Amino acid sequence: MSAGDQESWGRVRAEAQRCHVPRWADKGAQVFVDDGPYLPRGRGRSYGDSCLVSHGTLIATRALDHFVEFDTETGRLRAQAGVGLDAILALVMPRGWFLPVTPGTKFVSLGGAIANDVHGKNHHVAGTFGRHVRRLSLLRSSGESMICSEGENPELYRASIGGLGLTGLIQWAEIQLKPISTYRIVQEAVPFSDLTELVALSEAADQEWEYTVAWVDCFSRRRRGVFFRGRHLESDAGHETGEIRTEPRISVPMDMPGIVLNRLSMKLFNALYYRAERGRNTTVDFDRFFYPLDAIGHWNRIYGRKGFYQYQCVVPLPEGTEVIERILQLAEERRTGSFLSVVKVFGDIASPGMMSFPRKGLTLALDFPNRGQPTLDMLERFDALVREAGGAVYPAKDARMSRESFVAYYPRWREFAAHIDPAFSSDFWRRVTGVAQ
Amino acid sequence: MSARKILILGATSAIAEQAARCFAAEGAVLHLCARSQVHLEQLAADLRVRGASAVTTSVFDAGGYVNANQQLTDILIQMGHADVALIAWGTLPDQKACEQDLEKTLSEFVTNATAVIAWLTVLAGYFEQRGGGVIAAITSVAGMRGRQSNYVYGAAKGAVSLYLQGLRNRLYPAGVTVVDIRPGFVDTPMTQAFRKGLLWASAQRVGQGIYRAINRRRQVVYLPWFWRWIMLVITRIPESLFKRLKL
Ligand SMILES: Cc1cc2nc3c(=O)[nH]c(=O)nc-3n(C[C@H](O)[C@H](O)[C@H](O)COP(=O)(O)OP(=O)(O)OC[C@H]3O[C@@H](n4cnc5c(N)ncnc54)[C@H](O)[C@@H]3O)c2cc1C
Ligand SMILES: NC(=O)c1ccc[n+]([C@@H]2O[C@H](COP(=O)([O-])OP(=O)(O)OC[C@H]3O[C@@H](n4cnc5c(N)ncnc54)[C@H](OP(=O)(O)O)[C@@H]3O)[C@@H](O)[C@H]2O)c1
Repeated sequence: MSAGDQESWGRVRAEAQRCHVPRWADKGAQVFVDDGPYLPRGRGRSYGDSCLVSHGTLIATRALDHFVEFDTETGRLRAQAGVGLDAILALVMPRGWFLPVTPGTKFVSLGGAIANDVHGKNHHVAGTFGRHVRRLSLLRSSGESMICSEGENPELYRASIGGLGLTGLIQWAEIQLKPISTYRIVQEAVPFSDLTELVALSEAADQEWEYTVAWVDCFSRRRRGVFFRGRHLESDAGHETGEIRTEPRISVPMDMPGIVLNRLSMKLFNALYYRAERGRNTTVDFDRFFYPLDAIGHWNRIYGRKGFYQYQCVVPLPEGTEVIERILQLAEERRTGSFLSVVKVFGDIASPGMMSFPRKGLTLALDFPNRGQPTLDMLERFDALVREAGGAVYPAKDARMSRESFVAYYPRWREFAAHIDPAFSSDFWRRVTGVAQ
Repeated sequence: MSARKILILGATSAIAEQAARCFAAEGAVLHLCARSQVHLEQLAADLRVRGASAVTTSVFDAGGYVNANQQLTDILIQMGHADVALIAWGTLPDQKACEQDLEKTLSEFVTNATAVIAWLTVLAGYFEQRGGGVIAAITSVAGMRGRQSNYVYGAAKGAVSLYLQGLRNRLYPAGVTVVDIRPGFVDTPMTQAFRKGLLWASAQRVGQGIYRAINRRRQVVYLPWFWRWIMLVITRIPESLFKRLKL
């Protein structure tokens, strides 16, 4: 067992948690080795407690990393759930394919991407990751393997996409990739001076640009920022074939003292970033465009031992702009700006997942150093606004939402609960449903 | 250049699998031998996706070593020929249990030494006649000095190392390279129960090291490299002192 398995990306820790690293998962007996309760674990890139199970057993999938089948003509890929998106990219890009949807880090597992039904900068045209999952095989604690798709066990399929690891262990999944011809992205960086302007920019770009996302300087008075739009650079000369390297370039070697990320340094970073990025129209490497944070290994250590909270919500437009504005104000009043503040307009493409987070509206992601109760109180105020606006908060990034909020954000939770494997649980699930350990 | 043909015995080992992925990436042809057909199929599919030109498999148990000659003939019928053979299987005996159990001690020794030596013997004959190629076997740094905590395993690995040394000497004129691979602590199913510290390496790192050692036709390799220096010190401690240590 490695120390890393005991905590999540935001440094939330589990209590008395065991960890099993099965080498094979074709039979239940290889996976379910004690009394549980069980929770699958991918690369632990979830920020909160959805990848932890105190007094239970993690089923770490890092050795379940076999490819099963790859049709280079059609871009259909079948792989075991422990395969990382980094390994998928290294395999498929030199053959002219790319992930249909990718989160902001490639160091996540296929199973984790499905269980949180992750989204990317192309949500407005491609929807969530789960939309591109054609089939998956689920190992239940009974020892039974079930194939799930739109046609077979469709309810379990919809429960497992965004299923938070609770419906069983995803053994393998089949996804549809998308063709590309180069590793580069044509990118335009358009400065904006407030959120209303950003939403207008984004809506205008939606038709023509596959990828859109914005960074907001939350320390600025009117929420200036830079809107990024991008698309794959096309080439007529056959697709690029060079080797893809996926290791981080540098790494944060140890926990930084809490002081490193203070208000001043964050403010300075944001101001410099604004100057550096606005108006930069250029082509950039895919790694830089999609995964800028992956260049620095263990970047979560800059927040120190106490870790940090990430808060990601989505609120319907047009009122959304005001709600997000209000949230940024609340943070400002408490003088706790966020190091990185990211905003995107989600589209209305529905996911098959019944517990999926993304929905039409404006999404905001912030991170705050963990300062204990004051931070929690502030996030609770955010939730009050999001609930009232009919929005939702993302479980993959949450460590504190109340039961009341959860029920409001995920009205289908009871329907979902019926599909949970009786031997599975997580700290997140216990918290939001009020079940004791 | 046509694809190299690689035979791996004990192919379900986590370390061997990582070496196999390196061979697959260069487009090699692989033949995998292990006990479980289901797992062989999983590995074969994965290696094909990763670029292997062809992957075939046979079920084998090291315990059947008396038939090694016949089994190798069957394997070679499937493969055509082999350029590289890697022996990777092994078990980590429970030392305390062995001390109380003669049968267990002997059967562990058979798996980790006798069976390996049997296969090395038939492989040596094949490669010598072929006049080239590489024979590699995974032994261990544990085979370099007997310690109370692990000497059944250590003695078996040490026996294989010595056997490899002799083979290397014998096969040199035939142009056959004999590689003795000595890993230190590796995080694999074999060591799942151990607490991992600074000296531990991943199966991937060790597998890649095996691939490089075979390509460079090395003789004895320590993986990772720092074990060469650790073992240099450990093997030099005088026995009169060593016997008092709790290692
Ligand atoms: C820098 C960074 C950027 C990010 N950007 C985005 C983004 O842009 N969009 C986005 O949507 N998310 C984003 N995330 C969140 C991340 O994509 C998700 O948390 C993802 O689920 C993590 O995958 P993982 O393999 O680390 O899984 P873990 O965090 O280990 O687990 C996540 C969930 O998946 C379940 N799970 C894992 N494997 C299996 C399996 N085999 N079977 C069943 N359930 C399983 C676990 O039980 C758990 O509930 C980001 C995270 C980071 C650190
Ligand atoms: N891990 C370490 O720290 C370490 C250190 C030094 C040396 N080594 C050596 O490295 C080699 C590979 O081990 P590993 O670490 O990769 O562990 P592993 O994944 O547990 O591999 C051991 C393999 O040996 C196979 N095996 C055991 N008995 C067998 C038999 N009778 N017939 C056929 N196959 C048999 C197992 O097959 P099944 O899958 O069928 O069980 C398994 O695939 C071993 O020789 C080991 O001694 C390991």
